[in-house]
Amino acid sequence: MTAATSTSELHPARASSVFFALLRRDVRVARKELAFFLLRTTMQPLLFLVVFGYLLPKMNFLGKGYQTALLPGILAVSLSLSAIQSVALPMVQDFGWTKEIEDRLLAPVPTGLIAAEKIVAGMIQGVIAAAFVLPIARLVMGPIPALTLSHAGEVLLVGILGSMAFSSLGMWLGTAIAPQQIGLMFSVIIAPMLFFGCAYYPWRGLDVVPVMKYLVLVNPMVYVAEGMRAALTPSVPHMPLSVVGVALLIVVAVFWTLGMRSFHKRAIG
Amino acid sequence: MPAAIQTRALRKVYPAPPAPKRRGRAPGPPGQAGGSPASSSAAIGGGREIVALKGLDLDIHEGEFFGLLGPNGAGKTTTIGILTTRVRPTSGSALVGGANVDTDAVRVRQRIGVVPQRPNPDRSLNVLENLLFHAAYFGIHTTVSLPRANALLEQLSIADKAHAKVDEMSGGQQQRLMIARALIHEPHVIFLDEPTVGLDPQTRLSLWDILRQLHGEGRTIVMTTHYMEEADKLCDRIAIVDRGELLELDTPEALKQRAPGGTLVEITVSGEASQVVDRVRSLDGVLRAEAQASTLRVYSDRGGRVISPVIAVVEDGGASVTNISLTEPSLETLFVARTGRKLD
Repeated sequence: MTAATSTSELHPARASSVFFALLRRDVRVARKELAFFLLRTTMQPLLFLVVFGYLLPKMNFLGKGYQTALLPGILAVSLSLSAIQSVALPMVQDFGWTKEIEDRLLAPVPTGLIAAEKIVAGMIQGVIAAAFVLPIARLVMGPIPALTLSHAGEVLLVGILGSMAFSSLGMWLGTAIAPQQIGLMFSVIIAPMLFFGCAYYPWRGLDVVPVMKYLVLVNPMVYVAEGMRAALTPSVPHMPLSVVGVALLIVVAVFWTLGMRSFHKRAIG
Repeated sequence: MPAAIQTRALRKVYPAPPAPKRRGRAPGPPGQAGGSPASSSAAIGGGREIVALKGLDLDIHEGEFFGLLGPNGAGKTTTIGILTTRVRPTSGSALVGGANVDTDAVRVRQRIGVVPQRPNPDRSLNVLENLLFHAAYFGIHTTVSLPRANALLEQLSIADKAHAKVDEMSGGQQQRLMIARALIHEPHVIFLDEPTVGLDPQTRLSLWDILRQLHGEGRTIVMTTHYMEEADKLCDRIAIVDRGELLELDTPEALKQRAPGGTLVEITVSGEASQVVDRVRSLDGVLRAEAQASTLRVYSDRGGRVISPVIAVVEDGGASVTNISLTEPSLETLFVARTGRKLD
């Protein structure tokens, strides 16, 4: 070949084909690490499930009704944790130490597309984690009368929007936080989100503490958990699905914007 | 010859580095994925900002092997960063193949291949996958990239590692993988940032052969280095940069002719060299002498024979000699004469 016939110039890559190549790469890597990925992201919710969804009800410390409130919350936690981690951790590592993302940053597409792909990959991983946890939760807890899968479309919609919100948050945190502070991310940001995210209790339960009922609304986890309740156990009190949808769309828009901005800052000096 | 790369008044100023008390932030300017954090260079306004490039004008021709030579902190990595669309210039312009690196980055990326200072392969993928996915990021289908990847691995003598994990490769092998990756999409222009740093002499020589071959194929190569010999042996033209400024730009031969005459004798003394420099200048065989702190630089037309009279002068002045080095007229003596410091 001669310099004048560089193939990459004669046939410029289509953005969509580059996007799917990036996605294929993430799927390939995720498949290699599937067991570790599931272990890392679903261990905590599954342990919670065993204690609060099985042991405590069996000991009669908690009523049967608690399981109904807990199941959608556990799904929300699994989905959010895996979506946030599958974006934030690689970003911290790539930008902080290994610089491995360099080969993707040299792809002939707008830099934003590379970040967008990562968020979509995180979203897919969030949905997969939830799909993994649901049957296990049902097995551990036994029959849950209020549970229905007749609104599968709505479950998927909440799953996708919720995962997207948290993978976008993962993009923001992963590119804005210094590698040394990644531990802080879990203890200061993620832990309060989990505990005040209405995952382990329904939002309507907070009627007894009105201040908290409105304070927790800043927590995006609330909408994922309540959305799951609305879709999986519609007969028990929950936030309206329309409110959940609008709130999650706003959360996605905000975190997407922050994540993209922060990614750009790190990618282009 | 048409210009493959053109920069005009290219300037890069990094914001002030974080104050020491903010210990969480990584040091160095942001966004320097790949290569050492740039640069350096002269701080202005009491160390508030870091000026890495101070208005660089370069014209690199099609098919040229161009060297950017300078010490650490000269602005070389920043220049490469800007030309490879990874660093945004503060002002000025840079064109690669007629495309502006700032406003038309996608088109620039289409025509370049980059070999970073430190190998940064995708460690989640094996060696062959690294090449195939990189090709896919350029829209190249596996039917095209697979034979090409195998040929490159063969050519770079790492074919036996095709299915190995990247971590199982030595540093030199990883650097070859980086070269293969930079070539898999057959780019027009190849950037190499200090490609031989940390390599053993044998691997370095074999990389030189590979680079010569690429140059022979008609590609434009831009390489930064702080090894004089490397620049001298490989490059058609060399730009000597220091502290963000272009000091010299010419062929290696022309640059060497421009080096100050005589052997450079560098003598480190125990006190201030300026106290004896005048007396040294008057010695026979001394063409020129300069003092910088405890270093005395003497350009001699009698080789090392000026050493003993110089030592005598130094000791007469109450100081003693702690180190002596001799350098024949070369790119290095030119560099020292122009910058007042050595490359290493």
